[in-house]
Amino acid sequence: MAKHYRPRRSLLILGLILAGLATWAFLPNRDHSPKLGLDLRGGTQVILSPQSANSDAVTSDQLAQTLRIIRQRVDGFGVAEAEVQVQGSGANTKIIVTIPGATSRTVVDQLKTTAKMSFRPVVAEDYGTPQPDPSTSPSASAKPTASPTPSVDPALLLPPIQSKTLTEQYANIFKALDCATNSSVDGAKPDDETQYLIACDKDGAYKYVLGPALLSGTDVQSASAGLPQSGAGNWQVDLTMTTAGAKKFADATKALYQQKAPTNQFGIVLDGVVMSAPSVNEPILGGSAVISGSFTAEEAKALSQVLKFGSLPVSLSVDEVQQISPTLGNDQLRAGVLAGAFGLVLVIIYMLLYYRALGLLATFSLVIAATFTYLIVVVLGNEIGFTMTLAGIAGAIVAIGITADSFVVYFERLRDELREGKRLRGAVDHGWSRARRTILAADFVSILAAVVLYYLSVGSVRGFAFTLGLTTLIDILVAFMFTRPLVYMAAETKWMNAGSGLTGVSPARLGVKTHTEVAQ
Amino acid sequence: MSKSASLGNRLYRGEISFDIVNRRRAWYVLSAIFIAISIATLALRGLNLGIEFKGGAEFTVPVSNAQTSDVTKARDAVASAGQEASSVTIVGGNKIRVQTPTLTIKESNKVNTALASTFNVADTDIKVQIVGPTWGSEVSKNAARALLLFLILVALFLSIYFEWPMAIAGLIALGHDVLITVGIYALSGFEVTPATVIGFLTILGYSLYDTVVVFDKVKENTKGITSGSRMTYSEAANLALNQTLMRSINTSIIALLPVLSILVVGVVLLGAGTLNDLALALFVGMLVGTYSSIFIATPILTQLKERQAPMKDLAKRVHARRKNAGIDEESLTAAVLAPTYVAPAGPRQQRVKKPRSARGK
Repeated sequence: MAKHYRPRRSLLILGLILAGLATWAFLPNRDHSPKLGLDLRGGTQVILSPQSANSDAVTSDQLAQTLRIIRQRVDGFGVAEAEVQVQGSGANTKIIVTIPGATSRTVVDQLKTTAKMSFRPVVAEDYGTPQPDPSTSPSASAKPTASPTPSVDPALLLPPIQSKTLTEQYANIFKALDCATNSSVDGAKPDDETQYLIACDKDGAYKYVLGPALLSGTDVQSASAGLPQSGAGNWQVDLTMTTAGAKKFADATKALYQQKAPTNQFGIVLDGVVMSAPSVNEPILGGSAVISGSFTAEEAKALSQVLKFGSLPVSLSVDEVQQISPTLGNDQLRAGVLAGAFGLVLVIIYMLLYYRALGLLATFSLVIAATFTYLIVVVLGNEIGFTMTLAGIAGAIVAIGITADSFVVYFERLRDELREGKRLRGAVDHGWSRARRTILAADFVSILAAVVLYYLSVGSVRGFAFTLGLTTLIDILVAFMFTRPLVYMAAETKWMNAGSGLTGVSPARLGVKTHTEVAQ
Repeated sequence: MSKSASLGNRLYRGEISFDIVNRRRAWYVLSAIFIAISIATLALRGLNLGIEFKGGAEFTVPVSNAQTSDVTKARDAVASAGQEASSVTIVGGNKIRVQTPTLTIKESNKVNTALASTFNVADTDIKVQIVGPTWGSEVSKNAARALLLFLILVALFLSIYFEWPMAIAGLIALGHDVLITVGIYALSGFEVTPATVIGFLTILGYSLYDTVVVFDKVKENTKGITSGSRMTYSEAANLALNQTLMRSINTSIIALLPVLSILVVGVVLLGAGTLNDLALALFVGMLVGTYSSIFIATPILTQLKERQAPMKDLAKRVHARRKNAGIDEESLTAAVLAPTYVAPAGPRQQRVKKPRSARGK
């Protein structure tokens, strides 16, 4: 093997790879620095779990639609580089939304509103807070409607409050519900479309009993807010149904318009909260409708958004929210970079003190490895959106030590061979062929750890695992294509063979007794 | 260099030899004490889990100069928003960290606004983290699954690349490292966050890295050992340990230096957070890992191997040979056991001094 070894060719190939990477990383119109994670530049990260209403697994179709809707929402924030990603699979599927920069605290609220929407017929309507009996007259009414608010187990008042049929108990719950104190305004719980629902409106001013859904969000094709074509009047929302939706809508409106108030209303329900309850004035057969009322421009736009994007097939629960200011992110980045530089310098000093000239070669190797890591992170940032997080930086710093360890394994091997009396050239070859096995075996364990961690985790652990795996691969590349040929070439120089103490391979210092000395 | 290098030389040639394998009972007792303390502390005190595992909300408010009175101010601010702070701490002298039980987004926004106005900072300057109650159990479940899969794969790899006694010895050393590191967290009360878990998982990889390096040398030294009667498996393994001692020390120091720098920079610049949680676990784990690959993994390996018939026979032959030759086993040094090396004659390898006249001034 050693006879045909061509160190210069290895170096040349490595140089070409490096040049190629550098060109790729510094292509014009691309980012020339690593893409930084949210914890390094500030912003909001939300981890959401999609859940289907009937605890079935979320299908890939449902997930795809959910992602499309969330992306539309996030794009609506107008923040450049906001991202929506999926990690994990099956029951572990997580949707990770990242919005960089200083963001408003209400962003998370708005994301979550992207939920399940349905049209339900109104069965009963009342004020959100139980009203004191309006008649203060002493003429006591014996009617049961004036009876005091029934006491109901508070556990029953947690949203969504649903029932298969209308029972007296259900009516009592409706009476007892107080939208001002009950968290049902927050909603965000999937409601079963086939059951009755008790819900408050979004301001908590009214509460409703609603029938099973007549239409769901997927029946809506488009919705937009606008002023009436006549130009006069309040803002309104124009609604267009899909073909299937138009038929259902026609049937529903035919039935509803003949009812008396309040049962001639639709409740537009989003995640257990009534967003709007328009009344039906006439049967609408064509699938296009106008919801008019005393809307402000804002309200009309919000309602059209709900109608258009609100048809999430699943509901989302918030697992984790992180909001970091750009200042803090910058501090963390500085600390990470400083720790890395500091660590690198310490390792280099130790290597130089202990291994002298060999340590210098190791230093070059570390610098090459660091350059590779930087370039690959830049390229991956541009190509697949890989972001460097604080945990990732920590992984890279830890990798400095592990990369240097490979050199130590080689150098100690080399010295062992020298101690056994081999010449430098022979020791370099023989030592390498033995150290190579150890380096590969040890690095294999690191890569195993990285791959397992990567596939079984989400969030910051993943970033760390990725960097650890990447740097271990770079370690192998550099040890084989750079350190080895460099040591080989150094072993051919006169100076390294002259036995100076500065070389780190001086036979005298390694205690090798030559025959001449033995003879003396 | 010269001192440590010559120590390395003498260790390699066996002039100095630490009898590590034969004193295994002492190392086992030492480790057993540590493990017992770890398990007892874990059972009695448990780990101080971060909000990522318990669920909850955390607000970090940057202030120019934190004072003790700020803690009360922060508590009052949280109370004014209708919530109760479960803990308020000053971090790194310039940050106030407030933790509460899990909040909804609306509640959290209220607390955020209250804290911002109390400490006169912008809403968006406050770092907010809200963790749902189920998130933590998912994080732990994932970590446990990763650990299990990793252990199975490593056991397979070690059995194929080395042999099964090495796989068992390696895994025992691994369990030892994790148990003691976790015990130190329980004992010190340091917070366990996802970053700490990353640290634990990295220790697994690193501890094995160290063990693989030592085992590789043991494997080399014991290759074809049964064909002779020069030394027993335990003696060969002990020699391998001594020969790789400088390498183990060097790789450990070099791996620890960057971790140390993360720890120092993290404490000085940031106070607390991802960097420190990670680095502390790594620092402790790497120290324990180096110890275990020398003092636990290899002694266990020799015990497992000495039970195998070929190694038993070898030990018998070795002892018989020494008895015949009249060698006192007690006085036997590793130097006698280690093969002696003499370099072939060749050109002088010392630096040739130029004559004084040619050296110039």
